[in-house]
Amino acid sequence: MKYSKNFLLGLYRTMVRIRSFETRAEELSLKGQVLGYVHLYIGQEAIATGVMANLRREDYITSTHRGHGHMIAKGADVNKMMAELFGRVTGYCRGKGGSMHIADLSIGVLGANGEVAGGLPIASGAGMAIKIRKTDQVVVAFFGDGASNRGPFAEALNWCSIFKLPVIFVAENNHFASTWREETTAGKSITDRATGYGIPGVSVDGNDVIAMYETTGEAVARARRGEGPTLIEADTYRIKGHYIGDPEQMYRNKREVEIYWEKEPIKRFESQLIDMKIFTDKDKTNIWSKAQQEMDEAIQVAQQSEWPEIETALEDLFIDDAGYDY
Amino acid sequence: MREVSFAEALGEAILEEMSRDSTIFTYGEDIAKQGGIFGAYKPLLGKFPDRVIDTPISEEVIYGTALGAALAGMRPVAEFHFADFLFTGMSAITNQIMKMRYMTGGQAKLHLVLRGPDGITKSGAAQHSESIETIFMHIPGIKVIVPATPYDMKGLFKTALKSDDPVICFEHKLLYETRGLIPDEEYYIPFGLADIKRSGTDVTIVSTSRMLLESLKAAEHLQKEGINSEVIDLRTLVPWDKKTVLNSVQKTHHLVVAHETWKKAGWGAEVTATIQEEAFEYLKSPILRVGSKNVHIPFSPGLQDYVVPGYKNIEAAVRKTVNG
Repeated sequence: MKYSKNFLLGLYRTMVRIRSFETRAEELSLKGQVLGYVHLYIGQEAIATGVMANLRREDYITSTHRGHGHMIAKGADVNKMMAELFGRVTGYCRGKGGSMHIADLSIGVLGANGEVAGGLPIASGAGMAIKIRKTDQVVVAFFGDGASNRGPFAEALNWCSIFKLPVIFVAENNHFASTWREETTAGKSITDRATGYGIPGVSVDGNDVIAMYETTGEAVARARRGEGPTLIEADTYRIKGHYIGDPEQMYRNKREVEIYWEKEPIKRFESQLIDMKIFTDKDKTNIWSKAQQEMDEAIQVAQQSEWPEIETALEDLFIDDAGYDY
Repeated sequence: MREVSFAEALGEAILEEMSRDSTIFTYGEDIAKQGGIFGAYKPLLGKFPDRVIDTPISEEVIYGTALGAALAGMRPVAEFHFADFLFTGMSAITNQIMKMRYMTGGQAKLHLVLRGPDGITKSGAAQHSESIETIFMHIPGIKVIVPATPYDMKGLFKTALKSDDPVICFEHKLLYETRGLIPDEEYYIPFGLADIKRSGTDVTIVSTSRMLLESLKAAEHLQKEGINSEVIDLRTLVPWDKKTVLNSVQKTHHLVVAHETWKKAGWGAEVTATIQEEAFEYLKSPILRVGSKNVHIPFSPGLQDYVVPGYKNIEAAVRKTVNG
């Protein structure tokens, strides 16, 4: 067998942890405990998981408004994530960011982002830092099909190509840009756009975690060798609405969503694992129940955490917050 | 002391700090081969080939990469070529750079500098000729420096290169060739400390950048009429030195605020409002503002001179506020 059981179950575990986090976040959002706008990663778990299995702690990523999966796969602390979604002082951003602005610089997550395509220039800058320092780190910039129609996509691809920066552009094509579908994106594919910038472009089944892992692996190796960027288009489907509470019946029918529930990446990987004969019911039960337990704890921590002191609203603008009336 | 130009003072500041700190790198359009459109990068020509970089015309990425590089531990200095083109990459600044530290609860140290030419120049016309620094004072999250002399340019910029907060530096195009004395020894100028460029007793004129030079000229003319003006150079707008202005107004009882940007909602409005809130009882007459008229900067010289203020407008404002 090509991969060890540990490795494969590790991928499965990450996907299950993401799904469990998102399911609970949705439930608590509908109850009003999770605050603000929340965009779920349900159905796209294989992408973050497969990509991140190639990365080291010191590698960087830029994430998106739909970023919980990226955070978890890169090794974030779910307690701090959940507390942030609750707006509590124990959250990653001490209650100042919420779902769309979670970052953990200590594990190389240079921020989720509330601006579509907002992370691409940031990723390019981390790429410049790596090139100047001459290390073999890489950067992965996640974005969606909607972002591929924005200016920063074009500017960043051109920039990283001419400077040969170690940046992997991962387009998660979930077929929706908010409520719009493919009709917003010209041309046959996002991958095709790589040609114009003189870099490799690869299309991959984004619901197949092994394919994601292998495709990204080649791009990461290329970047580490100093050969420059790659554009990967991962085909997936946004099973949930654009955000929690999105009136999705306005733009798609239930039947379509049901079809994609059958094709979703966790179920799909389960059948692959069963075929490989390395996956027992016991493994499955263990992994799911541990993930549930982990999220229960995270929710408990969040619920029991204090709200931030209101005066802290005036902190964190600058290093030297005290002393000036800006 | 020795005499240098404003552009040379900037180049020296970058060269000195880059020689000391290998995390500093600088990039933008036309800087590595050409030495910068106004010559400020000439001292860097041929030095640090990995750290002085010519880039495509991609403003949103020029500004956004500064953020990414800073998050990855470097100290980028990105040039914006012309202040007007800050707008073409504005989201990377206002939505990303200026919000990142706050949104992440203070996780991020954003040691990055954006710098470049701004200000109204002869027949530059509306897309290459305007003063837009106020916008960056209005939105929280970046320190704004506006030097007027070679001495201040070098000292403030060296401080910017050591800052762990984002800094934007506006250099007036008409100042690059102006000359002034700087000390031979190393020096840094802290942000938020205004400089009293001329002491006086009868009226306070608060200004920055090119209009500071116009204010000094006006003060000399007014002296002949018996009006002794105190001219304060704020030097930085974020933070701005309220204390020095308050102290001066308590002495002179009259205030004129002079800037090149539009009078309407220009930074002078903030200074004016603050002083009347905090020192109303010291004022003997209304505070007056001098700024551009509320239109874009026209091309033809006569039209431009009509819209853009100079020393004569400052003199008129001072006479009005002092003599009533």
